[in-house]
Amino acid sequence: MLLLLGTTALFAPMLAPRDPLSQNLDQDLIAHSREHPLGTDKLGRDLLSRIIYGGRVSLLVGMATVTLSLTIGVAIGSFSGYFGGLVDQMLMRLVDILMAFPGILLAIAFTAVLGPGLDHVIVALCLIGWTGYARLVRGEILSLRERDFIHAARALGGRPKRIILRHLLPNLLPPLLIQATFGLAAAVVAEGSLSFLGLGVEPPTPSWGSMLNDGRQFLLVAPHLTTYPGLALMITVLALNLVGDALQERLNGRNR
Amino acid sequence: MKRYVLYRLLFLLPTLLGALTLVFLLIHLIPGDPVDVMLGETAATADKEALRESLGLNRPLSVQYRTFMFDLAAGDLGRSLYERASVTEIVRARFPATLELALCAMIAAIAISFPLAVLAAVRRGGWIDRSALTFSLFGLSMPNFWLGPLLMIIFSIQLGWTPVSGRGGFGHLVLPAFTLGLGMSAILIRILRASLLRAMNEEYVQTARAKGLSEQRVWLKHTLRNALLSVITIMSLQFGSLLTGSLITETIFSWPGIGRLTVQAIQTRDYPLVQGCVLVIAVSYILVNFLTDLAYRLVDPRITYGE
Repeated sequence: MLLLLGTTALFAPMLAPRDPLSQNLDQDLIAHSREHPLGTDKLGRDLLSRIIYGGRVSLLVGMATVTLSLTIGVAIGSFSGYFGGLVDQMLMRLVDILMAFPGILLAIAFTAVLGPGLDHVIVALCLIGWTGYARLVRGEILSLRERDFIHAARALGGRPKRIILRHLLPNLLPPLLIQATFGLAAAVVAEGSLSFLGLGVEPPTPSWGSMLNDGRQFLLVAPHLTTYPGLALMITVLALNLVGDALQERLNGRNR
Repeated sequence: MKRYVLYRLLFLLPTLLGALTLVFLLIHLIPGDPVDVMLGETAATADKEALRESLGLNRPLSVQYRTFMFDLAAGDLGRSLYERASVTEIVRARFPATLELALCAMIAAIAISFPLAVLAAVRRGGWIDRSALTFSLFGLSMPNFWLGPLLMIIFSIQLGWTPVSGRGGFGHLVLPAFTLGLGMSAILIRILRASLLRAMNEEYVQTARAKGLSEQRVWLKHTLRNALLSVITIMSLQFGSLLTGSLITETIFSWPGIGRLTVQAIQTRDYPLVQGCVLVIAVSYILVNFLTDLAYRLVDPRITYGE
């Protein structure tokens, strides 16, 4: 399911039947037709094409957010966990402050002041996203750094950077992979939420969240504007959650 | 217990201070001149200067911060640009509606998840267990900004069973509470089911069975009670999600709470109001977590600060 969604997003220009930005006001709010299998929106734009391109935006934001958050979180968590001391305490207090804000409230607040836009959304989501990875990595490194194989690596003259990269981080790959998969699902939903509130990608770029927001005013006459983009989003998140669950079962089961 | 409360307070205060500082800095993150962004570049110079003066933006940052903290201590969250009224009064008027919705969502989540989780654990591997886990998976995957309109189409528009929007009696609460509570119920099903299955393998449960207690008594009196401890923590964390989720749910159902107020403030670029709303939501979340920590200690006196 995930491969199909990824492939669709990647090859959107070839798979989308029409230009997602092309308007035809004579054919607005059509439910279904041979030309437009999933109907059209208020400006006569093909809904199927917009859903396909919208998937691109969601997955792009999701992957960019997870990649950046993971990089920042692993770097800070590794440093904090390995060296400890005052820097560790200060970094973890920063994590506590950022995690003191529920859900994506801080991301909403930041995009509200920075303004809508793809880059602002990614920055805002990374701002809250890295903390979970940092805590995970720090916790694991705290428990691993006193193990015999790390003492041996130090005794052999291994430098901190080498010990972290060669010995510690490889042991963290399973939990990081699981968290990243669930993180991708959360980022896709978060981008949808921000776009729904008008803080995400700017029109006319299609995004599932903004399509759902636009569809709200036409619930009575054109419920398809809400149904299909939402279904696409739900299927994507479901696929990611299923993969995350499977990874958790397989990787955690192997580690027992 | 006193020592535990003291330790938790020591931990709470810097977090609270840090969160307040971050909220203070929000307006300063606005690219360019915040006053131009709020009033528009064509606004009269006198109006811009008046706003700059009222927000204290013409003073050094340290002075602005000190004023912000002192005003906060006095309960003054500034003035709304759009509504031209005290932010404190506006938020105070809207907060009860959000609290009502959040509590009803939590009740809905508990009402859905607890019976399903218990049945799933008791009949592990059976069709009830598989159905509960599937329900949980779909609940986690369904964003509330899709679920809300979908429920509206079915129950309000097609069937006419509930009002479309607004705040009123029980009928007005059903759809928003279910929309907001479904995500929480999905998580609670998983957590409670896992806790129950873990508790079933504990020695005290085997002792209870060996004493000849009925399965019902073993489940309800021993297993469920101990499994609930881990659920308390999750519920308090989820309260934060309810507060954030209210931004979207209240917008969809035109529920006059602080969530909808925040979204309206963002749309009108009423940044003092945005700041006030974010602050109230964040502080509420921090305090709920603090109270949950204390409640946890009361429920299980074995908990120490280190845990």
